[in-house]
Amino acid sequence: MATHTGGLTVTAPEAGAAVRIEGLVRAFGGRRVLDGLDLSLRAGEFVAMLGRSGSGKSTVLRALAGVDHDAGGEGVLSAPAHVSVVFQDARLLPWKRVLANVALGLTGADAEERARTALAEVGLAGREDAWPVELSGGEQQRVSLARSLVREPELLLADEPFGALDALTRTRMHALLARLYERHRPAVLLVTHDVDEAVALADRIVVLDGGRIAADLAVEVPAPRRPAGAEYAALRERLLARLGVDALTGREDDGPESRYAPHD
Amino acid sequence: MSTDVPGGRLSLAETTKAAPAAGNAGRRVARRRLGPGRPIPYGRALGPLLLLAVWSAGSATGLIDARNLSAPWTVVTTAGDLIADGRLQSNVWTSTERALSGLAYGTAAGLLLALIAGLSRLGEGVIDGPVQIKRGIPSLALIPLLILWFGIGESMKVITIALGAFVPVYIHTHNGLRTIDSRYVELAETLGLSRPRFLLHIVLPGALPGFLLGMRFAVTAAWLALAVVEQVNATSGIGYMMGLARTYGQTDIIIVGLVVYGLLGLLSDGLVRLVERKVLSWRRTLAG
Repeated sequence: MATHTGGLTVTAPEAGAAVRIEGLVRAFGGRRVLDGLDLSLRAGEFVAMLGRSGSGKSTVLRALAGVDHDAGGEGVLSAPAHVSVVFQDARLLPWKRVLANVALGLTGADAEERARTALAEVGLAGREDAWPVELSGGEQQRVSLARSLVREPELLLADEPFGALDALTRTRMHALLARLYERHRPAVLLVTHDVDEAVALADRIVVLDGGRIAADLAVEVPAPRRPAGAEYAALRERLLARLGVDALTGREDDGPESRYAPHD
Repeated sequence: MSTDVPGGRLSLAETTKAAPAAGNAGRRVARRRLGPGRPIPYGRALGPLLLLAVWSAGSATGLIDARNLSAPWTVVTTAGDLIADGRLQSNVWTSTERALSGLAYGTAAGLLLALIAGLSRLGEGVIDGPVQIKRGIPSLALIPLLILWFGIGESMKVITIALGAFVPVYIHTHNGLRTIDSRYVELAETLGLSRPRFLLHIVLPGALPGFLLGMRFAVTAAWLALAVVEQVNATSGIGYMMGLARTYGQTDIIIVGLVVYGLLGLLSDGLVRLVERKVLSWRRTLAG
């Protein structure tokens, strides 16, 4: 379990809950990035977090992952013991072959076997001995997914994991992540700025603005979630409006900015 | 085509005149090449061969006095004689032994200090300053002090070589450690790696390219320091052999010594590069 500095009260989550955040304040050098954020995830729940760039999406993730060493603040935070992170860059060690990257930090006699199984699950059986530089961007991100899932996390934190991929690869990765989620059922907090990605994958979408949750919407679009459907379009429009973008013209208003403007 | 005509305008005129049948469709301006052009096969051997030719010609015609510089063939026969009576081998072995033990101590010290300075802020504060000061002083300038402390025996020689070798190992390894991507550190934290595993899987492999670069400089520094310390009252070694030859005016032996130093330097650099290629093969795939 991650240890925290900066006035956080860290507790273990209650049964059936994966994440509980209450009144989370995170500040870097006097700038309050998160300002009294409340967020809960049930065990096995898939939540997408939307927000403009600079809205503090990654800060929430870093707080949950326990890697925000230089942040100050306060609040109550509980996260499970097994947390995995998928970064936007695949973040593979270039000096280790693919299999060793997946097995990194695993212990036990069956570590290598588990890593092999995880690689096969993401469709990369046979590439165990490749160097990371020999893989395409999508393949690298699949290795990174395998590395995260082989640890059997109760909570998977994903920080714009498909943001650097091309549109076709991204669609394939969505299907892969959905499949893996069905099989392993961790709670997922997917940070993204892509509304379609959020609607396609999540059970619930939260919109982060001004350091707090500005909207919390359940996704009740029946599967398969096709962009042509009426519910899909309606939800998409609501989300874009929350993000301050007019869905039809694409024009930004400055609503959310002015609502929360000067807090420091 | 018409590349020897100076000026682009002229060569254009030449081109159209030379191929009028091609008509407008085939018109193509032959540009003068500005780059150095294709590499010459074995081009790098040209300079040394030319030097050797001038030396041979000078010696054969008597333009070069044998008392100043022996003829190339004399050097070759002298080398043969020295090998035949075993003097060359035993001196080369003594020198190699000195250089290797100095290099070993220097590398160990440089690596250890770099790890301490690279992995803890306190270590950096304590170690980095003195090493930077030491770096400012040429190792060879310390010889008088080292002679006073350790005498003129083997230990003084090995210590001087070690002092010359440890600085580049320290500098490059420390730099390698400091420039490890902080994203990998964050990754190690999220994977819950222990400190020993973090060192083994991330820090050491990450600093390896820097360390090997430092080794290449250290090897050169070791041979340089060796050449100097062997002039200081040695009774064996290549430097001693050359010093003795100076006393008797045997320029052929001096040249043999120089060639041996050069070969040893080239050979050891080649060895380090070979190791580099082997252990950094993950990078070679990137270079193609």
